[in-house]
Amino acid sequence: MKLLLAILCLSISSAYAQYPDGKEILKKIDQNLSSDNRIFTSKMIIHGRRTSRTIESKTWTAGEKKSFTEYLFPAREQGTKMLKLDDQLWIYSPSTDRTIQIAGHMLRQSVMGSDLSYEDLMEDNRLLNHYNAVVTGAENVAGRPCWVVKLTAFDPNMAYQGLKLWVDKERNIPLKEEMYAKSGTLLKRSELSNVENINGRWYPKKIVFKDMLKDGEGTEFIIGNIQFNAAIPEYVFSKANLKK
Amino acid sequence: MLMAFKLALRNLIGAGLRTWLNVIVLSFAFVVIIWHKGILDGWDRQARTDMISWEAGGGQYWQQNYDPYDPFTISDSHAPVTGTLQNMVGHGTLTPILITQGTIYPSGRMLSVLIKGIDPAQKILAIPSAMLDTASGDIPAIIGTSMAASSKLKTGDHVTLRWRDRNGAFDATEIRIAGIFKTNVPTVDGSQIWLPLSKLQQMMLMPGEATILVCKQRNESFPAAAGWKVKDLDFLLADMNNIIKSKTAGGMVLWGILMMLALLAIFDTQVLAIFRRQKEIGMYVAMGMTRRQVVALFTTEGAMHAVLATLLGAVYGIPLLALQAIRGISFPVSGSDYGISMAERLYPHYGIRLIIMTILIVMIATTIVSYWPARKIARMKPTDALRGKIQ
Repeated sequence: MKLLLAILCLSISSAYAQYPDGKEILKKIDQNLSSDNRIFTSKMIIHGRRTSRTIESKTWTAGEKKSFTEYLFPAREQGTKMLKLDDQLWIYSPSTDRTIQIAGHMLRQSVMGSDLSYEDLMEDNRLLNHYNAVVTGAENVAGRPCWVVKLTAFDPNMAYQGLKLWVDKERNIPLKEEMYAKSGTLLKRSELSNVENINGRWYPKKIVFKDMLKDGEGTEFIIGNIQFNAAIPEYVFSKANLKK
Repeated sequence: MLMAFKLALRNLIGAGLRTWLNVIVLSFAFVVIIWHKGILDGWDRQARTDMISWEAGGGQYWQQNYDPYDPFTISDSHAPVTGTLQNMVGHGTLTPILITQGTIYPSGRMLSVLIKGIDPAQKILAIPSAMLDTASGDIPAIIGTSMAASSKLKTGDHVTLRWRDRNGAFDATEIRIAGIFKTNVPTVDGSQIWLPLSKLQQMMLMPGEATILVCKQRNESFPAAAGWKVKDLDFLLADMNNIIKSKTAGGMVLWGILMMLALLAIFDTQVLAIFRRQKEIGMYVAMGMTRRQVVALFTTEGAMHAVLATLLGAVYGIPLLALQAIRGISFPVSGSDYGISMAERLYPHYGIRLIIMTILIVMIATTIVSYWPARKIARMKPTDALRGKIQ
């Protein structure tokens, strides 16, 4: 019996020994995805029950706390601006010429009918700073070999206490991501594709978000031009910039 | 005075149709004023009773950060119930309610909700919290009919509830709709889900905490508690009182128009009577009546319109209004759709004070408009009046 247990333990530990360190993978993911700041244009395709809508925007982000987005298309949304500072969010609507702070119930509403809520937009953290990671296996995603990495938050303030990532073995970029509630319920899934090498880092230019509790085909998020570590003046992240 | 009264009555009846037209219009104003005010009073009483029994209780304690009109405050509006308040909860004179925000996903749709935790054993509010006390392993929830309609949920349905705990971490679970209740108070129904208090405290990582504490009805003493603000009934029902006040003010316009029509007709009748009955006025004076007595006669004649209108109004108004007070009036649109506490069927309340006040106001107003043109009599020369000379 003891011999059997010893063999079992040995086989489990040797199986895990084949896998790389989870933290190392997170570090490499953060190196690819995170930057001090970035400026990018994007296209959000929202698939509704009958039709699909496309919304184009330009976003400036600095670190994990600051973000400013201006909507460019369609004409109805043109000029709408969104400012995130820490855990606060303001939206400026040009039609009413008013700035409103999004809070409470409204933070849980979807952004322009997409699968992303305002809360989701406010979550943008370096994984290494908030999660422990364990590589639990290897699988293929979109024809590419990936490590399956299970992330558990050590920070109780993280919105998603559990994540599961399928990380491209070669390019160290997640190709699929699942976000779990504390109870283990799958809440959201995102699939990342069109990975390109930009200034020496791999970056996915297309992400499909899907709220797993909601019906629908999900929301596509396609990144156009992206600049990493560009100089962004401080006034960009000010409330005064919303009305400019 | 009796003679003036008798003469006035005879003259009025003698005037025939003109009198009756005035009386009909005035009686109509009477009945409509009482009816309108009766509806508002009935609504006020019903809304007050419903709000006390469903939401306000005998007053409330609010956690010091709580402001129901400011969603920013809700995530920080919770505190442990300790000391005196804990004793009051133990004695059943207070019931704690924990309030937080979340999202439900009925039929694949996303719906933001307020999640409220209430003690299933509480007896202070009319919310049927006993339905939450089920022995099964799943989480029971109750909702109001308005919430059930907007979410298309039925008793026995399971729905996914997502929320953020006190640290901001997402959590989700299935809840079972254990019951649907019907209420006239939309503030405990629309976009709200009621769960057992202990379960919600556990889900939110807030053991023993609450957002508000509802006092037993007819509570008169509110011992002070640190970190909690006392909200008495005057404060809790202020919104409702303001709505009723604004409706009453709006109703004043209607009364004003009706009264003006009726009083204008009486005024006109009086002016015409004094103009056409100059010889009669001269004769009264010649026969020994003083000018003041003649003015009193004409004023009584005018004021008698109000007496006749009261009698006529009573003839058709009492059965009509009594029928409505018994059967109530149903409105095609529910007030709860607009966030107002309003029953589907309103039962007007006609208090004795309302009726007496209305009669008095109409009598006084009629007397004034009758007296106004009659003052001219005091300046008449009886000889010219006898000759019918226009003065």
